[in-house]
Amino acid sequence: MTGKAPWDAGEARAMIAARSAEPGAMLPILHDLQQTFGYIDDAAVPLIAEALNLSKAETLGVISFYHDFRRAPVDGAVLKLCRAESCQAAGCEDLVAHLASHGVELDAQDGGPLRAESIYCLGHCALSPAALIDGRPVARLDERKIDAILAAAKSRPQ
Amino acid sequence: MTRVYVPADSGALAVGAEEVAAAIGAEARERGANIEIIRNGSRGLYWLEPLVEVETARGRVGYGAIDPSKVAGLFNAGFLTGGGHGDCLGLVEELPYLKRQTRLAFARCGRTDPLSVEAYRAEGGMRGLARALQLGAKATIAEVSSSGLRGRGGAGFPTGVKWSTVAAANADRKYVVCNADEGDSGTYADRMLLEGDPFALIEGMAIAGFAVGASHGYVYIRSEYPHAFATFRNALDKARGAGWLGPDAFGPGKGFDLEARLGAGAYICGEETSLLESLEGKRGQVRPKPPLPALKGLFGKPTVINNLLSFASVPWILAQGAKAYAGFGTGRSRGTQPFQLAGDVKYGGLVELAFGVTIRQLIEDFGGGTRSGRPVRAVQVGGPLGAYFPQSLLDTPLDYEAMLAAKGMLGHGGVVVFNDAVDLARQARFAFEFCAKESCGKCTPCRIGSTRGVETLDKIIAGRNVADNIALTRDLCETLTDGSLCALGGLTPLPVLSALDFFPEDFATAPRLAAAE
Ligand SMILES: Cc1cc2nc3c(=O)[nH]c(=O)nc-3n(C[C@H](O)[C@H](O)[C@H](O)COP(=O)(O)O)c2cc1C
Ligand code: SF4
Repeated sequence: MTGKAPWDAGEARAMIAARSAEPGAMLPILHDLQQTFGYIDDAAVPLIAEALNLSKAETLGVISFYHDFRRAPVDGAVLKLCRAESCQAAGCEDLVAHLASHGVELDAQDGGPLRAESIYCLGHCALSPAALIDGRPVARLDERKIDAILAAAKSRPQ
Repeated sequence: MTRVYVPADSGALAVGAEEVAAAIGAEARERGANIEIIRNGSRGLYWLEPLVEVETARGRVGYGAIDPSKVAGLFNAGFLTGGGHGDCLGLVEELPYLKRQTRLAFARCGRTDPLSVEAYRAEGGMRGLARALQLGAKATIAEVSSSGLRGRGGAGFPTGVKWSTVAAANADRKYVVCNADEGDSGTYADRMLLEGDPFALIEGMAIAGFAVGASHGYVYIRSEYPHAFATFRNALDKARGAGWLGPDAFGPGKGFDLEARLGAGAYICGEETSLLESLEGKRGQVRPKPPLPALKGLFGKPTVINNLLSFASVPWILAQGAKAYAGFGTGRSRGTQPFQLAGDVKYGGLVELAFGVTIRQLIEDFGGGTRSGRPVRAVQVGGPLGAYFPQSLLDTPLDYEAMLAAKGMLGHGGVVVFNDAVDLARQARFAFEFCAKESCGKCTPCRIGSTRGVETLDKIIAGRNVADNIALTRDLCETLTDGSLCALGGLTPLPVLSALDFFPEDFATAPRLAAAE
C-alpha cells in the first residue's frame, strides 16, 4: 500500500459528514476518501448517497464518470505518464514501449511493483516527456530515468 | 543577507529544483554564507530550469540549468555576488527571450515569492482592484469592454459583454467561476500563474465579483495539477489574512470570497457548462445552451465563467487603463496572449506577446527549432482540437481571426512542435481516440462516431481501401461538425482534416508505411 489507511467505515462517515453541507460536495468528498484510503470503497457508496440525498445509482454514476476515481486499492507505486500531443512529439510512445519491454503495460488492470497509467497533460509540456510518480512531478523523461523509477519501485517495501 | 531565488514551480521541481534548493541551503550553512532562499515561480524559460537567481547590486543574475552537483562550483565562483561561472546567464531580465516579450499578465511571475502579500503589493498588485472600487461597477465593466479583452479559454468571446450580461441579471446570488481546467496539451500558462502569481487571479476574480455583484466564487483546477492546487489554496489563506478576501473585501460589510475545487481527470470538464455540472457534484455532462451560464449558471444563478488568463489580464487593464491594453495587438485581437511553446522544441517556454506574431517567429525566433535537431514538419496550435500546420502555413499570424481563416483555432495559445518523425495519420487517429475517450456521451456522433473514426484510420494506416476510407473519414468529420452539442465533437475534425489536407502523403498506401516501419 502506498502509505494509505485501510478502509474504515467510521472514518469515512466522519469525512463525508464534515463536507456534506457544502454546496456541490460530491467531488470534494470523493477526493477526500481517495486521498485517505487510496480508492473509493464500495461500502462508501451508500454512505455518500445517504449524506447527499442521492440514489446509489446516481452516486456510482458520478464516480464512474471521472477517470480519477479508483474502485480498488493499488499496491506499489503509480506512474502517470503523459501521452498527450506534446509528449508524443517528444517521444513518450518510445517510453511506453520501453516500459512494456520491462513487463509494465500501461493501463493494465493487474498490479506489479509499478502501475503505469496514461494521463493527458500535466502542464509540463516545455519539458516533455513528463509524468507524475506517486504525485511527484518528473520531466524530460528518458529510458534512464524510467529505469531508475522502475528500480525504485521494485526495491521499496510492499 | 543575499537573496537567492530557486523556483518552486512544479515544472522546475520536475527537473530537480527541490534538490538544488536543499543543496544551496546546505552549502551556505557549511560556508557560513548569509543567504535567504526565496522560492519564486518560474520565469517560463523551462530549458534553463532549475534556474537559480541571485540578487546583486546590478540586478538579478541567473544560473541555469543547475543540478545539485554544480552547487559547490557556484559558491566557488562567487555566485552570491554574481560571479562568473559556466552556467552564468548574466542579468536574467536582459535575456533576449524575456526582453523581447510583452509581459502584462505574467509581469510578476518568476520575480516574486508567489505567497508573499508584501511582494505582490510592492510589484504593483492590488492597484487594479483599488481602481475598480474607485470607478464603480458600471465603469469597471466599461473599462474591460473597451480594452477589447476576449476570453482566453478558446472561444474568444468578449469578456466585457459576458460581464454586463451577468451584471444586468436580477438574482439573489451570483457567482464568479474560474476555468483552470487547462486540458489542452501544450498549454501550461494557467498552471504557471497558479503557482507563480496566484494573487493576480484572486485580484482579477475580485474585480469581476465587484463588477457583476457576486460575493462568492470558485476556481476549478484540474487534478493533474496537484502542486498548483496546493499553492493556490495557500494563496487563498494568505489573501484572507490580508483582508483581500473575506467579509470586508470591497469595504465594510461588502464581502467576497473564493474556494478552490479540484477536477477529477475529465477533459470535458473544461467545457464551461460541464465544469458547472461538475462543481455542482454531478457527472460532467454538457448542458444545452441557452440558457447561457451568464443567466443561469452555477446552481441556477447568473455566473461569470472565464478562463484563468482572462481574469488574470484584468488587474493590469484596470491599473494601467483599457487604452494602454488595447494599444497592443492587431485587428480584433487586442492585448497580449501568453503563448506556450511545447513538444520537440529547443527553448520551450512561455512567451507573452501582443497578438499578431506568426507561428514561425514563435518557433524559430523563440523556440530555436527542435530539441532533437530534426527538421520541423508539423505544428499543432490550440490543443487537441486545433489544426496541424505544415511548413507552408507557418507564416500564419497567431490571432483569433487569422487562425480561423486558416481553418484552425488559437485556443489557449499552445504551440506544439513535431519533427519529421511524426505520422499525421496516427495523429488523426489520436484525435478521434481522444474524442472517444473524453466524450461526455450526450451526442451520438461524438460518442459513436469518434470510435468509428479510430477504426477507419486503422484501416487507412493498414492500407485497406484507402481512398474509400478517406472519404468515409471526411463524412464522419462532417457528421461530427454538424451533430455535436459542444466543441469536443464539433472541433475534433480540425486536427483530422488538417492532417488529411496538408499531409496527404501520410495517408498513402500500406507499402510505404511498411517500408518506413
Ligand atoms: C471540450 C472543451 C474543453 C474546454 N477546455 C477548456 C479549458 O480547459 N479551459 C478553459 O478556460 N476553457 C475551456 N473551454 C472553453 C470553455 O467552454 C469556455 O469557453 C471558457 O471557459 C470561457 O471563458 P473565456 O471567455 O474567458 O475564454 C473548453 C471548451 C470545450 C468545448
Ligand atoms: S459533442 Fe461530445 S462532449 Fe460535447 S456534448 Fe456532445 S457528446 Fe458531449
